[in-house]
Order: sequence, then structure tokens, then C-alpha cells
Amino acid sequence: MNQSNCKGSMSTASSSTNWKANDVVPDQFPAGLRVLVVDDDPTCLVILEKMLRTCLYEVTKCNRAEVALSMLRENKNGFDIVISDVHMPDMDGFKLLEHIGLEMDLPVIMMSADDGKQVVMKGVTHGACDYLIKPVRIEALKNIWQHVVRKKKNEWKDLEQSGSVEEGDRQQKLSEDVDYSSSANEGNWKNSKKRKDEEEETEDRDDTSTLKKPRVVWSVELHQQFVAAVNQLGIDKAVPKKILELMNVPGLTRENVASHLQKYRLYLRRLSGVSQHQGMNNSFMSPQDATFGAMSSLNGLDLQTLSVTGQLPAQSLATLQAAGLGRSTTKSSIPMPLVDQRNLFSFENPKLRFGEGQQQQMSSNKPMNLLHGIPTTMEPKQLASLHQSAQSIGSMNMQVNTHGGQGSSLLMQMAQPQSRGQILNESTSSHVPRLPSSIGQPIMTNGIAGGVIGRNGIGDNSRGTGYNQVPPSSSMLSFPMNHTTELAGNSFPLGSTPGISNVTSKGSFQEEGNSEMKGSAGFPPSYDIFNDLQQHQHKSHDWELQNVGLHFDASQNANPIQGNLDVSPSVLVHQGYSSSQRSGQNRNASAVGRAMFSGVECVEQGNMQNFSPHLNNLLVDNSVRVKAETIPDANCQTTLFTEHFGQDDLMSALLKQQQGGIGTAETDFDLDGYSMDNIPV
Amino acid sequence: MEVGQMQRRLIEYTKSLFMEGILDDQFLQLQQLQDESNPDFVVEVVSLFFQDAEKLLNDITRALDLQSVDFPKVDAHVHQLKGSSASVGAQRVKNGCIAFRNFCEEQNVDGSLRCLQQIKQEYYHVKNKLEALFRLEQQIVAAGGSVPMMELSF
Repeated sequence: MNQSNCKGSMSTASSSTNWKANDVVPDQFPAGLRVLVVDDDPTCLVILEKMLRTCLYEVTKCNRAEVALSMLRENKNGFDIVISDVHMPDMDGFKLLEHIGLEMDLPVIMMSADDGKQVVMKGVTHGACDYLIKPVRIEALKNIWQHVVRKKKNEWKDLEQSGSVEEGDRQQKLSEDVDYSSSANEGNWKNSKKRKDEEEETEDRDDTSTLKKPRVVWSVELHQQFVAAVNQLGIDKAVPKKILELMNVPGLTRENVASHLQKYRLYLRRLSGVSQHQGMNNSFMSPQDATFGAMSSLNGLDLQTLSVTGQLPAQSLATLQAAGLGRSTTKSSIPMPLVDQRNLFSFENPKLRFGEGQQQQMSSNKPMNLLHGIPTTMEPKQLASLHQSAQSIGSMNMQVNTHGGQGSSLLMQMAQPQSRGQILNESTSSHVPRLPSSIGQPIMTNGIAGGVIGRNGIGDNSRGTGYNQVPPSSSMLSFPMNHTTELAGNSFPLGSTPGISNVTSKGSFQEEGNSEMKGSAGFPPSYDIFNDLQQHQHKSHDWELQNVGLHFDASQNANPIQGNLDVSPSVLVHQGYSSSQRSGQNRNASAVGRAMFSGVECVEQGNMQNFSPHLNNLLVDNSVRVKAETIPDANCQTTLFTEHFGQDDLMSALLKQQQGGIGTAETDFDLDGYSMDNIPV
Repeated sequence: MEVGQMQRRLIEYTKSLFMEGILDDQFLQLQQLQDESNPDFVVEVVSLFFQDAEKLLNDITRALDLQSVDFPKVDAHVHQLKGSSASVGAQRVKNGCIAFRNFCEEQNVDGSLRCLQQIKQEYYHVKNKLEALFRLEQQIVAAGGSVPMMELSF
């Protein structure tokens, strides 16, 4: 009877036999995994379905949560895993998640275009086994089978642990066919035992369609009985054994009750302790910082400074940036913010880059990568540089975070490699704009300005390398520079700064040459990257151009600036000045801003002129002022940009300009004339 | 125009869309999903996107037109548009949505209206570009050639 059947079927855990009731040959696993996709967006649904089919999964799509739930209830063992969107009109994705968890105990993956920390946290607390950010890439879907295996494995463990005593009882209870496949459980349990001993592999279970692990299906009535029992006992005293006795449901095992109780407790905790989660958010920062610190070689300074100061004044930001850039200490937290900023920068950079990009890129090699948050494989060097730059930026972000309260955590997320592509891009892009909004422009701008300034010299370069790898366009472009004022805060600086930073950094870099870049600060090894970039200006340029979207621009810009920062604004300035051989550069020395403009103009062939006015403002101030002014400048610049194009347009315009100017004359990139580096931070 | 020429034109055209940031890597993902068993996958998905996007844009326009704007509702629409545009690789539209959501958070009607305008522009822009792209592809196929696979080598 069941028992015998059970024995046969339990294959789950240890072996991937019988993934499905249909008896898929174990070797094929994870092919044939039965996935249920729920999303109200028809476009996404079709794309996901195609992707999952390509992964050789069996897909069922559904655009209504209610329908999905009834499908699951009708066919209790018909699916192995569920992927659901968070925002749906008829039912909240999290609610669906809860239902599925309680009733069917299937692994559920949440999915959304929203990558905000709060939302992701919600997914975690509601028991989602994963959270994917849209747009979902096929790579992310290839491994979803792990969640199914993991769950089964855990269930097996529960069964095994609690099963021994009740085995006898269960056998008796198993005779009936109950609502919840308790027999399956028993079978599983037995099988697992057997398996352990004999390594038996069961192939099919007759009654249950699936079988990985017989699941007790907690129907509404059953759950109600359970809740009644728990309430009767009192939540504190509610132990599985007693609950089981009270419920008196034949075929139900203690393990079933135990695991259900666990979920129920989590559910209750979640209901009552939402605030706890919030508290957790805060704590995230610290652990993250800690981890990051360990991980990345970011400058701890920035972060610490940020945390200490809370709001970093422009000056401090500059300092931080410089410090951050210079240092290669690892501060994971920083990178996060930096990432955002980088993105910001990236926007800016592209613009600036026209001529300078290359140079700038060099210096910023390191940080740039981070900033972009582009998941591209960040080379250690680049990563390091990114960290540095990120740190400075991070500090800025940190501030922002404090303001916004999300930034850092968000950034942190961004920095994290997981699904970097998506998350990073998403996070950075989404976060960045968010941050400013929450914090307010000023902060961001400062941050950005600071970042920008720094970037000019340093960041850009590093970025350049970093960006190449990352799917730049998305991250960079993600900042809607043209749009919203809030974004403006973020975006503006980017827009404006990039120009400036590019100009400045480029100028300085060029003159200084590779050595300068390195000299500017303790740039991390990434310099090498940049140096190479510089040397291959053409290439970098092409590279930049080639990179989709802003990506290339940003990267270049970001890094150079960053790089410079390390050195210290003054140093950078000097570098810029001294080296500037171009007419523009000389002027830069005196007024970084001016230099930038001139440099820019030279390079841009007039395109930059738009920037110049802004740049001047920026440059003049040097660090502190620059930052402050960057905001307004940013605005101006953004206007400039916006006037002509959207960010994207701008980028393309820049590209065209660059192409025009650079295409033929690589020297433009060199930006002999620009003493961009000098941009005071 | 002979097939080879058309193919080159298509590649250049596609490349330019990427360079300008109109499309992003996600679009390439879609192209890679297309195969013999599903030769019109990209066109189908993009058509679905157009339908969905236009409906959403109309909904948003109407919602913003009300005396008292229901921002959470508008935000939900924008969020969906963001998700679908991101899924097909319509980068600028997606970015516009990101910006738009900030205005929604602030409950800023003017900003939202301006942003909506911008998104609409970007949307029609990408729609035109993609339709031109598909026409090019059709021409190639009609002439007996095969559509070259785009590679992100640039």
C-alpha cells in the first residue's frame, strides 16, 4: 500500500531521481522541472516562459494570482516551483507567497522591477526562497532548480529527525488517503531511512503525482484545526506533539505539524514584528560595512567619515573621496554608494569624455568599475579602484543614505555581486535616483559633486575600464538625467560633472600621462588598467563608444575623477596644471573650472562650451565649492543637456561629437589641453 | 539592394540603436531566445510590449488628468511599464519610468506630466526604430537571406 509505494518513490533529496511524478529520468534533472509563472505583465510572462522553456523546464503561465492559487490547489503536486511577480492587481505577490507557503509548501521565487531594499526584505521575511530583479536574464533562471532541491533536502532532514518514534504510528495512519499526503511523508521518511541505509532510489510513487517529498497539503480546514489547537494550547506551549494530539487528524505526522508550526510562527512574527524588520534594515548597514570593509579594499575613511558625519559636507565629501580614492582599503560599504555615484558619474563622464575620457579613465580605473555596478566581471584591480572611488562616492552616498535611509543599504545591495547584472544595474540606476529623492538634492549633488570632482581626475579613468565590462548602457543610462528634479540631483551632477570631470580629468591625465594617473593617488592597481587605457586612447575611446549606451562614457569619467581624488585635490590640481600643455590646461591651473572648460572646448570642438560655463563654476570652487556649485551647475548643465537631448540623447550626441572629434584624431582624447585632473575636489 | 548589403545595413542600424542607448542588452537576450522553433519571437514579444505600453500610457494619462490624482495607482502603472520596457530592452523608456516614479512619490503633478510627455516621446521613438528594424529584417528574409545575429562586440 502506501507504504510500499512510498518506499519506492522517495527519491528526492539525495538523488535527483524522480523529480517529477511523471518520472523524469533522474539524469535529466533539472530538465522537466515544473514551473508555474505568475505575472500580470503579458510581455514579461511571454519572455519568461520562453526563457524557462529554453532551460528545458515545463512551464505553465498564469496572469492572475487567484487563478494560480486555484491551479495549485487543484493539482497539489503538479508543480515544483513557483515564480511570482510582486506587484499584481488582483492580489499582492507576497500574499500569494504566504498562501503557497502555508498550503502547499512549494519554493517560491519573487520577481520585480522594484529592487528597493524594503521590497527585497519583504520577500525574505515572507519566506521567498529568492528574489529576482527584472529584467530577468536567462542565466538567473537556469539555477532555480537549486531551490527545489534545497527544500526537499531540508524537509527530509525534518522528517528523518522527527520520524523515528512515530514511524510505527504513521504506518497505521498511512492507510488512508488523506488530504495531505501524509502517507507520502511517511513513505518519504521511510525511504529516506532506507535510502540512507540502502541507498534505494525510488522511482515512483503512485499516488502522489510528484514526488520528491510527499507534501502534506495544508488545506484551509486543516490549517484551521491547527490554529485552533495552537490557540488552545497557547502559542508558547504549542508543541508539535500536543498539537498533533489535539488535532487528531489521522495520517498527520508530528513532522508535518512541526514544520507547519515553524512557518506559522514566522508568519505571526512577521505580522507583529514588521518594525523589527525595519530595525534590521539599519543593522544591515553595519554588517554590510563590516563585510565590505573586509572584502573590498575601499577606503574605510569614506565610510567612516560618512557614518560619523552623517551628512558629509561638500568638503568632507571631497576629502573623503580623495581619501577613498587614494586608499585602497576595503570598505565594502563605500563601494556601494560609490556604485551609485559611479553611475551618476558614469553619466557625467560620458559627456566629459569626449576628449578627456581616456585620461580620466585612467586614473579612475579602479573605482569606476564599482560604480557602475555593472555586474561585469570586475577585475580585482578595477574593483579596488572602484572601491576607492566608490568609497568617496560611497561616503557621499552614505550621507545620502543617512538622509534617505536607504542609500547605503541599497548601495550595498548593488555592490553585491549576486545577479550583479540585474541588480547592480537596477539598483544603481534605481537607487541613485531614489537616493536623491529621499535625501534631497543637495546632499546628492554634493556627493555627486564631490564625486564628480574627484572623478574628474581619478574616477573616470578607472571607470573606463570598469565599464567596458559592465553592461554600461543600462547602468549609466538608467539615470534619467533629464528627468525629474530629484534625479536631477543625482543626475545633474552626473550630467554636468561628467562634462566637467571629463574635461578636467582628461586634461590632467593627458598631460601627466600614465604616470600621473598613478601618481594621483594611491590608486589601486586598477591604474594599470587605466594606463593601458590611456595608452590606448583610441581603443578606450572606441571602447567607450562601443560600449552600449552611457556605459562607456560613464566609466571613463568616473574613474578618472576618482583617481584624482585619491591624490588630493590640490595635488590633482597641480598635476593638471603642470602638465597641461594645452592652452586650456594652463588656464586650468589657475581655475580648474576654467581649464576644464577650455580643455573641454578644445576637445569638444565647441561642444563643451556648454559645459564650460558650468565647469567654470565648478572648477573655481574646487572641492567644496565645486560641490556646491555643481549642483547648480549640474542643473545648468543638465539643462544644457536636456535642452539638446535627454541623457541618452546627450550621450549619443557626445558620442557623435567624440566620434567626430576623436574618430580621426585620437589626440583629442589625450586632451593635451585639458588639465582636467586639476579639478579640485 | 542585395542581401549582403541589407544585412550590413541591419547590423549597423541595430548597433546604432545600442550606441544611442535606445536599446540595451536585454534586447539582445530576446534575440538570442529566438530560434527556428520560434522564428518570430522577438517581433511577437515586442508587439505585445507595444500593446501593453500604449494601454498603460493611456491609463496614466487619464489618471493624471483627474482632479484628484491617485498617485499610487499611477505609480503602479508606471511600475508595470518600467518592468515591461526593461524586459524588452527599451532602455530610455525604462529610465523615464524610473524618473517618473520619483515624481509620483512626491505627488508632483506637473513633474509627472512632463515626465509622461518625455516617456511618450521615448516610447514612440523606440517604437519607430524597432518597426524600422523589423522591416529591414523582413526585407532580408524576403530576398532570401537570413537575419544576422547581433553580437555585442562593440
